[in-house]
Amino acid sequence: MLLEVKGMQAGYGQTHVLHGLDFVVEAGGVTALLGANGAGKTTTLRAICGMVRTEGDITFRGERITGRATEDIARRGLAHVPDGRGTFMELSVEENFRLGAYVRRDPEVRADFERMFEWFPRLKQRWRQQAGTLSGGEQQMLAIARALLLRPKLLLLDEPSFGLAPLIVQEIFGIMRRIREESGVGILLVEQNANLALELADRAYLLETGRIVVAGPAAEIREDEAIRRSYLGY
Amino acid sequence: MDGFAHQIIAGIATGGIYASVALALVMIYQATHHVNFAQGEMATLSTFIAWAMVEAGIPYWLAFVATVLVSFIIGVLVERLLMRPVQNAPVLTHVGVFIGLLLIVGNMTGWIFGYTTKVFPSPFTSSGPLMGGLISAHELGSTAVTLVVLTLVFLFFRYTSLGLAMRAAAYNPRSARLVGIRVGWMLALGWGLAAAIGAVAGMMVAPVVFLDPTMMTGILLYAFAGALIGGIDNPLGAVIGGFAVGVLENLAGAYVVGTELKLTVALAIIIGVLVVRPSGLLGRVVASRV
Repeated sequence: MLLEVKGMQAGYGQTHVLHGLDFVVEAGGVTALLGANGAGKTTTLRAICGMVRTEGDITFRGERITGRATEDIARRGLAHVPDGRGTFMELSVEENFRLGAYVRRDPEVRADFERMFEWFPRLKQRWRQQAGTLSGGEQQMLAIARALLLRPKLLLLDEPSFGLAPLIVQEIFGIMRRIREESGVGILLVEQNANLALELADRAYLLETGRIVVAGPAAEIREDEAIRRSYLGY
Repeated sequence: MDGFAHQIIAGIATGGIYASVALALVMIYQATHHVNFAQGEMATLSTFIAWAMVEAGIPYWLAFVATVLVSFIIGVLVERLLMRPVQNAPVLTHVGVFIGLLLIVGNMTGWIFGYTTKVFPSPFTSSGPLMGGLISAHELGSTAVTLVVLTLVFLFFRYTSLGLAMRAAAYNPRSARLVGIRVGWMLALGWGLAAAIGAVAGMMVAPVVFLDPTMMTGILLYAFAGALIGGIDNPLGAVIGGFAVGVLENLAGAYVVGTELKLTVALAIIIGVLVVRPSGLLGRVVASRV
């Protein structure tokens, strides 16, 4: 198992947001984490990366990572595209790429740059441009590329569709489908747009006010009218 | 006319000192959004360390290199031991720590080395006048040293991956952690580099102003004025601003206000910039689309 979470609790200050989460993410493939606003999806991703106060057992590639520093967790092969994207707005696309691969010492970094150009050809055209001047869609692409350049085993994606026009969202999910086929990275995807996420995902968890209420194969959840009506609202 | 040219050249020489200290201020400002008031006192302490080594008979350039290294370590330690525990504290706490640091380092320097003014050697001497007497050997040499230091710092930040990581940690610590950068250590390295740059500035200016525990107080003000002119968040701007203040100060001192009132020029510049253009001439404007 790539990631195993048991009894995870997390919160901000005195406020508890997550009340004992259990879930797993398998190597390769896409696991979706769905739920309404405020259900705790973003907090779940932050808790995995050690960005908020967290209790419970988080095991990544057989090693307990609860309470570790964010940078140490990243160095173990866990990449995170946070809400707000986490790109370096003041720096160029090229510098963002170099930072993405900052901890790597292997000779294949250059080849991975080329691979990113293949997946995100628009970024190649913007190579010397300051990241802050890219369009919203391009910034999201840069954020994903930056995360993939860590060559992670697991990629956490926080709402890649947020604030983007439907056509751009389609484009990005198309690219993610390719990444899923061609890279073998495991993806934990948080999405508001449940329909879109369930099309891409193999497995899905449904989060409601800090608890997992439904777990199962994405295809089954998509077909289940009761779940769709009561939790996903479409 | 020769007098005027000499004033400009001398201004460039002291401007290089201001530029170095301004760069040190900007480096810490970019990472922490605070101005390190103690930067000058730390540089003075470094210069005294160099003085003690030279007095002990160590060759100048060996003492120079050793001082830069020791200052770097002191800078790192200050960040690790003093700044780290208050990193999430409110602004006033930081101001308090900086002032405390200024007083402690300043008084410690006086306590260890005494308050009497000392002569600090210059490594640059010449047998005859340079460029028809326009420039002294020390002015020429210290300007060259300053330019070498500034160029090295620029190359380090622009072309090395450690320099890039330090910039990333300063701009966006949260994202920097996500790519695996140890942000705390980047801050400490920044403090170390700033202290090392300050040490070079101190050693270059000490032969001119003579060495005593308050040597850098005025210089810090000029440097701060330079940093503000260029934009406190812009390293290149701070360097240009430092040189500009050096020349302005020298010309004003020679032809307008006289040497006694020179420091007022720095204050006038600081207030003028804050009123007219708070972001400085080269202040960074980050374009951002959402």
